[in-house]
Amino acid sequence: MIDWQPLLLTLQLALVTTVILFILALPLAHLLANLKSKIKPVFEALISMPLVLPPTVIGFYLLVAFSPTSGIGEWLNTNLNIQLAFTFEGLVLASMIYSLPFMVQPLQNGYNKVPRSLIEAAQTMGKNRWEIFTKVQMPIMKSAVTTAIVLSFAHTIGEFGVVLMIGGNIPGETRVASIAIYDQVEAMNYHAANTYSIILITLSFVILALLYVFNGNSATNIS
Amino acid sequence: MIACHINKRLATADGYKEFQFDFEVPSGSFTAICGASGAGKTSLLRMISGLMRPDKGQIIYNKEIWFDQVKGLFKPIRKREVGFVFQDYTLFPNMTVMENLKFALSKEATIDLINQVITVMDLEGLIQYKPAYLSGGQQQRVALARAIVQKPKMLLLDEPLSALDISTQLKLEKYILKVHEELQCTTLFVGHDIDQIIRMADHVLVIKDQRVTSSASPYETFTTNTLNSTHLNGSIVNIRSEKHTTIASIAIGSDMVQVTLNEKDNFSVGDEVLLKSNTFNPQVTRILKDH
Repeated sequence: MIDWQPLLLTLQLALVTTVILFILALPLAHLLANLKSKIKPVFEALISMPLVLPPTVIGFYLLVAFSPTSGIGEWLNTNLNIQLAFTFEGLVLASMIYSLPFMVQPLQNGYNKVPRSLIEAAQTMGKNRWEIFTKVQMPIMKSAVTTAIVLSFAHTIGEFGVVLMIGGNIPGETRVASIAIYDQVEAMNYHAANTYSIILITLSFVILALLYVFNGNSATNIS
Repeated sequence: MIACHINKRLATADGYKEFQFDFEVPSGSFTAICGASGAGKTSLLRMISGLMRPDKGQIIYNKEIWFDQVKGLFKPIRKREVGFVFQDYTLFPNMTVMENLKFALSKEATIDLINQVITVMDLEGLIQYKPAYLSGGQQQRVALARAIVQKPKMLLLDEPLSALDISTQLKLEKYILKVHEELQCTTLFVGHDIDQIIRMADHVLVIKDQRVTSSASPYETFTTNTLNSTHLNGSIVNIRSEKHTTIASIAIGSDMVQVTLNEKDNFSVGDEVLLKSNTFNPQVTRILKDH
């Protein structure tokens, strides 16, 4: 029998990360989609960095930054009583940075997909920004929103390097499923590692299959 | 009365140019805006609606300031109560025809208005469809219906009937005029077709060389303006004399036209000529070639 705690913690981390990241990425992607500055590629490159950087690099610098002996870590600890290194909160923040491009890029593409003229037409109908956002933009970019949410969720489930660096392997706090697999393999407990792995494979497959089914249907619905 | 005295720097095929629109149009009038492609007609409608901000000047609608650059006033689009039919329809693809109409419905209007517009515009069979399933003409009808259910103070139509066949055009022309009268709104529409402008408009603005060059009735516009001058190259295939005139048959492409010649010009068969038509008065000029 395996310990279900790492799997539950993985799902909890993925859920919290996705929700917070979605709320923050919506305005960020909107800004990027409408930004006409020459330095736009700089921002886009910065946001896309986690796609190409080894997760250990991100994890290493976050660990250094959040360490209680560093300036940021000490300030957070003293003034706000927040400890980010080797805690669940630290994992959430690291996961958000690591999954940032998976959330921002589809949303940015989604915003770009809504023709400017549709927003202008809604403006001439006396609609305010919120009405236009909820009734026009969001429904049209529905598949982009789903893609962003599902990819960020699935990507967080699959994290290893960042989690190991910033969270370590504390049961019930930072030991997520991918760490538990590594732990079991190190302990030569292949059966448990196999069980965790099969559950993660199935979960990832189901999530992605649902994404494709949903996006296929929503494309048909609009066109 | 809408008084428009604005300047705007706009991109054209020959680079940026300064446009100056100075005109006044009576309230409740049905005004056509004509001009060549790229003359700035759509930009003018966009500035009146509030979608584009002029660089300088004033737009005043019935003593209400919509834009005043000196005073720093700019009335937001959503408060101007304009109905805008865009060239590319701009129907919301995520909504059915009915949902598009409901979304646009004025807060003071009731669903009865939608039902009335649906009947008159022959949209009964289309209300449950999304725009992607409609033809260009059907989409244009829905776009028009959607602007009408807003009960706008001003109706701005950017070539609203361009994608329709002639019988549908004629039917919708009548309906637009009826709506214009019922809503008692001021209507501005961009159009190219002189017949259509004469049938519909009571006022015409002509835009040429980045300026409003004429603001007059359709009759005055098309009898005194050279807006519609056409130049066609052709060759004389036959000349015959009638009682007091000389008539030439001129081949222009695959067509043949008959035009009265000025006898003093001494034309002969085979001459290559330029047929210049200033709306109603065709003139024939010999094309002189270098030998």
